[in-house]
Amino acid sequence: METTSEQVGAVGGNGPSLTREQFLSAYHDMLLIRRFEEKAGQLYGMGLIGGFCHLYIGQEAVVVGIQMCLKDGDKLITSYRDHGQMLVAGMTPRGVMAELTGRATGYSHGKGGSMHMFSREKNFYGGHGIVGAQVALGIGLAFANKYRGTDEVAVAYFGDGAAGQGQVYESFNLAALHKLPCIFVIENNKYGMGTAIERASASHDLYKNGEPWGIPSLQVDGMDIAAVHAAAAQAVAHCRAGEGPYILEMMTYRYRGHSMSDPAKYRTREEVDHVRKTRDPIEHVKHILLDAGVEDATLKAMEAEIKAVVNDSAEFAQTSPEPDPSELYTDVVLEA
Amino acid sequence: MATEILMPALSPTMTEGKIARWLKKEGDTIAVGDVVAEIETDKATMEIEAIEDGILGRVLIGEGVEGVAVNTPIAIVVEDGEAVPDTMPHHQACAHAAPAPVAAQTVSSLASAPATSGVDAAPEPEQDWGETREITVREALRDAMAAELRRDQDVFLLGEEVAEYQGAYKISQGLLQEFGDRRVLDMPITEHGFTGMAVGAALTGLKPIVEFMTMNFAMQAIDHIINSAAKTLYMSGGQMGCPIVFRGPNGAAARVGAQHSQCYASWYGHVPGLKVVAPWSAADAKGLLRAAIRDPNPVIVLENEILYGQKFPCPIDEDFILPIGKAKIERAGTDVTIVAFSIAVGTALEAAAELAKQGIEAEVINLRSIRPLDTATIVNSVKKTSRLVTVEEGWPFAGIGSEVAMQVIEHAFDWLDAPPVRVAGVDVPMPFAANLEKLALPQPEHVVKAVRGLI
Repeated sequence: METTSEQVGAVGGNGPSLTREQFLSAYHDMLLIRRFEEKAGQLYGMGLIGGFCHLYIGQEAVVVGIQMCLKDGDKLITSYRDHGQMLVAGMTPRGVMAELTGRATGYSHGKGGSMHMFSREKNFYGGHGIVGAQVALGIGLAFANKYRGTDEVAVAYFGDGAAGQGQVYESFNLAALHKLPCIFVIENNKYGMGTAIERASASHDLYKNGEPWGIPSLQVDGMDIAAVHAAAAQAVAHCRAGEGPYILEMMTYRYRGHSMSDPAKYRTREEVDHVRKTRDPIEHVKHILLDAGVEDATLKAMEAEIKAVVNDSAEFAQTSPEPDPSELYTDVVLEA
Repeated sequence: MATEILMPALSPTMTEGKIARWLKKEGDTIAVGDVVAEIETDKATMEIEAIEDGILGRVLIGEGVEGVAVNTPIAIVVEDGEAVPDTMPHHQACAHAAPAPVAAQTVSSLASAPATSGVDAAPEPEQDWGETREITVREALRDAMAAELRRDQDVFLLGEEVAEYQGAYKISQGLLQEFGDRRVLDMPITEHGFTGMAVGAALTGLKPIVEFMTMNFAMQAIDHIINSAAKTLYMSGGQMGCPIVFRGPNGAAARVGAQHSQCYASWYGHVPGLKVVAPWSAADAKGLLRAAIRDPNPVIVLENEILYGQKFPCPIDEDFILPIGKAKIERAGTDVTIVAFSIAVGTALEAAAELAKQGIEAEVINLRSIRPLDTATIVNSVKKTSRLVTVEEGWPFAGIGSEVAMQVIEHAFDWLDAPPVRVAGVDVPMPFAANLEKLALPQPEHVVKAVRGLI
């Protein structure tokens, strides 16, 4: 396949449209992530979630649009900003929230926390706290798919900050060299912690960073679910066909700080408000749905159902027991 | 319905903060996302946003109040047209000191660690594997990999020059020919990347053997070995193990200088979630590498380049395998226990032969396994000999000898007749000059001298 680097779905969105049912389903999933993350922020504020907690608010269209193109057996891996990925992978809000509060009923029995959750059943491989590590691990998931002779793909999510790590380029090389079915998703939210991408990377179009290895790529409006979906469909088809890796640079934005303890002084309130008012991925879909004649009451009912699910997860996460002290010593090594 | 805005925790360490400024006043309409106040924490000034739409009904804590404990109500939000109920709290000039939400945990209240089992138990005798044949350590390692590659389709080998070149040190000779390029893969010189890739594959249940041309180069990949391979089982609450082997020559070779001559036993031995073995003989190499490949955990196999060409008797039994975590008494003795691993076992045995001429019978223990350490075998020996000397090529500070000595102090202090002594590499980067390099590494005479100093 000829190498291509293209921009699709410029601001405003020009990707091929989705069906009404797909928009409805996407709206549901994006709203679930947002409400879940808002609740996590509240629980953090109440001191119920400790340590680091990185919220996904603003970036919801990215994981939801990509997940719509995946099938059972496809593997996911991401950084510490992982709550959204887990929810779309089908992990339960209860299990994720209970891990955030460090309870026995969490996905890692309270031993992983916000940054370190996994689900073998849902093919979610974490949850990694070392910036960029998930990219090399991600090509390993793709390697395993190829080794086993399946047509499953691996999706390795990372941010614009991680895109500068050396192992990312080692991974591009290895994936291209061995034609590994890996989709590299660069979630470019414009800031690696407090450093704007322009100040961190001399390469301003991150989607072109795979060109030396001949990896085809797309730059996508990551706030437009239809554009994300269209780009992901193309990338997934490429990988499933055994054509090797693909890079998607998702132009997105996080509304909250890098983590809960980030005062976010590196950008103005006006900048955040402007994105929120003009490019919000959820409002965008809501307008499409209303224009398409979906009843406001239908959306309200969906919102109420999501609120109930999220409140239930928060209740579960607060009332579940902490791990038994004996858990301190388990899961260090497996019996040979 | 009226709801309270609570003083939020805005950092992992915040317990209280100051209301720096209210951006909304009583009666103002607020929408989700509006900044209602600025809070000064121990680190920074942060904005707090409204999480519900409504009217700011009552400010409970005014601007400038310091020491407001996390979770103290600071304002009340009501719905449009609703009054603040009388039952809700009223404005207060200064915050009450709230009790700290979590009491500090003292060491005494920690769960007790599982007892070190079997330290005092008599070691089981080693299984007799019958007939042996002399082979080199190099052949033993190759045979171990070939046997496991035949046995399990999920096992594969990757590394620099392992396939077409037949191994930089000829360890993987013939494997490409027998198993093909799907299972024996040459890697570019990108340790960080290919180690991460192998760990990722192992998390799905495949069983990679990663060959590092030397363990020195594994430092490029040590993040994946420790953070990704060793910790994932724990971080996943036991869901996701990582069955992988990292192997390659470790320690000093001959005249290759500081960056290529270093022992990593102490580095990896430090890490929970890893197993670490260090074979000396061909039998060690074959038996331990087979066990490492079958082990469901990440295992580091520390080989030694100088030993690769040395011949040792090795059982010919096709099922031959050694348990990880069991040391071997290479030479029985009554007067002093010498504990060594890898090439230092040879140094210790040479010293023991010399000591025997002088009427001193040394017991030499080949650790075989660094983690888990076979403390029982060491302790039982010291209870018999009452003296301990450790020998290793690595640096002395926080080395394996330090750990062995401490285990003996903890478990057999009353049996000791003299302080334990460490014989180790000299505490300098490895020099290049032949005479200096020899001076930097433990020689049999150093061991003899150390033992003589104890008796």
